[in-house]
Amino acid sequence: MTEDDRTKPQATSTDMTGIDGDSPLPGGPPTDAPEVGEAAEEEVREEEQIQFGAEAGLQTGGTTGQITAATGGDVPLHQASLWGDAWKQLRKKPLFIIAALFLVLFTVMSVAPGLFTSQDPRFCNLSFSVDRPSGSHWFGYDIQGCDYFTRVVYGTRVSLLIGLLVVGFDVVIAIILGSIAGYYGGFLDALVGRFADIWFAIPTTLGGIVFLNLLGQRGLWQVSLVLVVLAWPTLMRLMRASVVSGKEADYVMAARALGAGDWRILRLHILPNGIAPVIVYATITVGIIISAEAALSFLGVGLQLPAISWGLMISDAQSRILTSPHLLFFPAIFLSTLVLSFILLGDALRDALDPRLR
Amino acid sequence: MDVTTDDPKAAEGQHLLQVEDLHVEFRTQYGTVNAVNGISYSLDERETLAILGESGSGKSVSAQAIMGIIDSPPGFITKGALRFRGTDLLGLDESERRSYRGQKIAMIFQDALTALNPVYSVGFQIGEMFRVHRGASRSEAKKKAIELMDRVRIPAAKERVGEYPHQFSGGMRQRVMIAMALSLDPDILIADEPTTALDVTVQAQIMELLSELQGETGMGLILITHDLAVVADVADRVAVMYAGKIVETGSVFEVYENAAHPYTEGLMSSIPRIDQKGRELNPIRGAPPSLMRIPPGCPFHPRCPYARDVCRVDLPPLYEVSASRRSACHFFEEVLANVEGGLTGGR
Amino acid sequence: MADEGNGRPAPERDVILKVENLVKHFPLTQGIVFKKHVGAVKAVEGVSFDLYRGETLGLVGESGCGKSTVAKLLLRLEEATSGSAIYDGKDIFKLPRKELRALRRNIQIVFQDPYASLNPRMTVGDIVAEPWEIHQGRMGKAERRSRVQDLLARVGLDPDHVNRYPHQFSGGQRQRIGIARALALNPDIIICDEPVSALDVSVQAQVVNLLNALQSDFNLSYIFIAHDLAVVRHISDRVAVMYLGKIMEVGNQDQIYDRPTHPYTQALLSAVPVPDPAVRGERKRMVLTGDVPSPANPPSGCVFRTRCWKAQEKCAEEVPALENRGFDHPSACHFAEIERVVPV
Ligand SMILES: Nc1ncnc2c1ncn2[C@@H]1O[C@H](COP(=O)(O)OP(=O)(O)OP(=O)(O)O)[C@@H](O)[C@H]1O
Ligand SMILES: Nc1ncnc2c1ncn2[C@@H]1O[C@H](COP(=O)(O)OP(=O)(O)OP(=O)(O)O)[C@@H](O)[C@H]1O
Ligand code: SF4
Ligand code: SF4
Ligand SMILES: [Mg+2]
Ligand SMILES: [Mg+2]
Repeated sequence: MTEDDRTKPQATSTDMTGIDGDSPLPGGPPTDAPEVGEAAEEEVREEEQIQFGAEAGLQTGGTTGQITAATGGDVPLHQASLWGDAWKQLRKKPLFIIAALFLVLFTVMSVAPGLFTSQDPRFCNLSFSVDRPSGSHWFGYDIQGCDYFTRVVYGTRVSLLIGLLVVGFDVVIAIILGSIAGYYGGFLDALVGRFADIWFAIPTTLGGIVFLNLLGQRGLWQVSLVLVVLAWPTLMRLMRASVVSGKEADYVMAARALGAGDWRILRLHILPNGIAPVIVYATITVGIIISAEAALSFLGVGLQLPAISWGLMISDAQSRILTSPHLLFFPAIFLSTLVLSFILLGDALRDALDPRLR
Repeated sequence: MDVTTDDPKAAEGQHLLQVEDLHVEFRTQYGTVNAVNGISYSLDERETLAILGESGSGKSVSAQAIMGIIDSPPGFITKGALRFRGTDLLGLDESERRSYRGQKIAMIFQDALTALNPVYSVGFQIGEMFRVHRGASRSEAKKKAIELMDRVRIPAAKERVGEYPHQFSGGMRQRVMIAMALSLDPDILIADEPTTALDVTVQAQIMELLSELQGETGMGLILITHDLAVVADVADRVAVMYAGKIVETGSVFEVYENAAHPYTEGLMSSIPRIDQKGRELNPIRGAPPSLMRIPPGCPFHPRCPYARDVCRVDLPPLYEVSASRRSACHFFEEVLANVEGGLTGGR
Repeated sequence: MADEGNGRPAPERDVILKVENLVKHFPLTQGIVFKKHVGAVKAVEGVSFDLYRGETLGLVGESGCGKSTVAKLLLRLEEATSGSAIYDGKDIFKLPRKELRALRRNIQIVFQDPYASLNPRMTVGDIVAEPWEIHQGRMGKAERRSRVQDLLARVGLDPDHVNRYPHQFSGGQRQRIGIARALALNPDIIICDEPVSALDVSVQAQVVNLLNALQSDFNLSYIFIAHDLAVVRHISDRVAVMYLGKIMEVGNQDQIYDRPTHPYTQALLSAVPVPDPAVRGERKRMVLTGDVPSPANPPSGCVFRTRCWKAQEKCAEEVPALENRGFDHPSACHFAEIERVVPV
């Protein structure tokens, strides 16, 4: 603390009402407060004190969970704004920054692939078939003789789109079903729970193979649909658990005692406080879905040509792995980087939002 | 205050425990928490010393420092000495230190449920002390466990020795903790808010048990609490802590009769008493400071009705009020002159 | 029944809330899909009391005796198993949904834990204004702000802090925010469920004094739940002592603290330490042995008999009613007699 902080009165502190003192309480019992002039100055001090506390609260909230655990009462250290704190912590994490930068890069790549390559991914010249990487064509050519860099860049869109689409839908499903199950409990809870169990029991790849074979046609939407159906239960359960514990919170009780309706309670009190774990896991799930899509395409039950997808590229490359390893290497590297970025992001978020560390 | 100069017993290392100018800080990533800022006290055999203070005043941390169980990092003992019968514990290496823990100094905690391991039976956990420290066999350990459970007055000890912590009520669990703490006949027992989580009726039982056991063993007892009434009931001496410092110490009778520090006085005039009705409560205004931003000068000055300019700048030392009594207030005489501030005979 | 001479301060004062034979059993179930009832936690077992306008009724008893459950039932945060609670001529437990909303305006609650009872994502202004939003719809920004500020000032907070978040306040200040929220709709009754238990000793008195001041200003009736008998004595006009879901004894402050007749009350009071070393050892102690029995399986007859030093055969056979037994206030003990345990 610098000398400056110590002596500078706060802007609001001229107010005689004071922030916690009982002396200015109208109707309150008299206290042996000093004379007025002194009292005013006291208030200034007190105000300062509180300010310190508040600041400390914001600062410590992030990581030093033991503080709260150990004391259970050091007033301002208890809770800080979850997201604000998380952001402060995240900014300092190199892994988070790297992951975020990669994600920005991939996003730009999928929105505007033209920025990265001037070629058309479908413009091929068989005479270049499986040419090795070179100075002008960094990733070389594929079997059809298309520029491989261009195709890999264009493949980003499908992967990212499927990942985000699937998880976006699943988060919506999770919020709706999880809230209903958690908030109302009883029969609805059991029903949703058992229904989720059924889907949860099906391994993603196996389920994907079976359902996509049944569907026959397999475009972006079909693959997404199948993945949506297979991936929602975990997110839903997380949401439900959050709602169940949030429902017991005293501030929810207080809102109910005030006559607030279910919708208001869910929207204002339960969801904002319980959504964090869902968001963390959803982020990780994006990575998982992207790799699941690649796996399905690789197995030949996912996207079909002429779609441009990393999974398909890897699938095509497998027979030539010895002769043209670059065909496998580049899409695989892109795929792993994207998946890893999401997983790292989720991981960093989890650490930053962990309620035990709050 | 340099304790060694004005305390002949301390100079000869005759106190059971002598805490000298102990400083503990926690270096967190957001700043340093000055949890304990130079506290000194002594404890003798058969003596009960109460450490009284509000939440976050550093009571538990000072106890953990004595036990040598502070998480480090982030916690560091930056200064001070802890003499057990003259030996400075801080100078010992970890293995020597461990031999003191449990055998010479034992501790019980506020939350007996989390302090017990849910997957082992109560008897096993009590007996473990004997197996680890005394190399007792399983059956010997069990016999010892039953003996100890009897000693802490757990009814039907023989039958209950195989039960698990969740099958015990809060009060019974605290008895189990006490049994574990006493198993190796320590010379000092530190009780960190042993009854805060319990009902009054159970609290009375536990406090009675503790003082009986103290009578039997002659151990020194450090009782950490925020409850003025419990202190009045059992302690010989009391040390009042505020913002990591001892602000007043003395015999319970002296301190309760007339406080010599404004914080003690404030505490006493702000608690309601069961034997008085309609007594006006005069709360201390404001709230305790964050230990990361302890106010300069006297840490109590933002809340102190006696505060003057000097208090904002000069940290008051522990003034000698009487031979057995100290107060960290520049104006302790004025505080003493205000006779309203006591609890004894105030009815 | 609870009516006759249960230590009401003045006979002409009007009863604002009349609770009769309140019962709450929480079913104990096994299984997830097919629930099987395997008994019930008898949290509240026939509680009756009157609350007078402008008074504070203290509700004391050990942990788990059903105090909070009574509070939740009266607010209809839980549904009562049976019994009635007449407020304003109507039974709270039978109110249809629509009228329930009106009830919410009149009975409010302040919680124990000042950290858990405020939504960490809402500003103080939003928290205090929520009651109006629920009951009166949206109001103009300026009006809302000024009303919130009035309330904040009334509970001793800086009105300029409307835009701060709860974590920026200390425990005592948060409890004031909770009190402001409860006051917003101008209720008749505020149920305080251990409002000061979680606060620092030096801050408790601030909140107790505030509650006292507000009571006379707003003509509030309080049901003050606490386990700290000293605080209860300080704030209450009358006190009801609960044990295992039942009221053991009820009376005004003097009757309970100076002339308790029920062994449980006596034991409870004698266990409370007095903050005065001078009386150490002089007090009569009735140290109870054993634990509180499980509310899922309470003892027959008098529920206190397993720990009572006066228990006789009759106690196991016959449930002692809460009624006048020749003293100035009712007691649920067959062998009630006055025993002074708190020093004068
Ligand atoms: N592991 C830790 N890391 C960082 N700070 C800590 C840690 N343990 C304790 N502290 C700090 O030390 C201070 C003193 O804590 P301590 O547990 O001694 O308080 P106390 O007086 O025992 O309070 P209570 O009555 O709540 O138990 C607290 O403000 C806390 O912030
Ligand atoms: N939702 C519930 N389901 C099952 N049992 C419950 C429920 N709520 C409370 N109980 C039980 O009812 C009994 C009374 O609980 P209650 O919370 O009313 O006690 P209390 O007197 O407020 O105790 P405390 O002083 O600990 O707050 C307890 O045994 C408790 O376990
Ligand atoms: S030194 Fe000053 S501020 Fe500190 S307690 Fe004494 S009078 Fe109060
Ligand atoms: S009725 Fe019997 S058991 Fe119950 S309190 Fe009275 S004497 Fe004790
Ligand atoms: Mg502690
Ligand atoms: Mg309760």
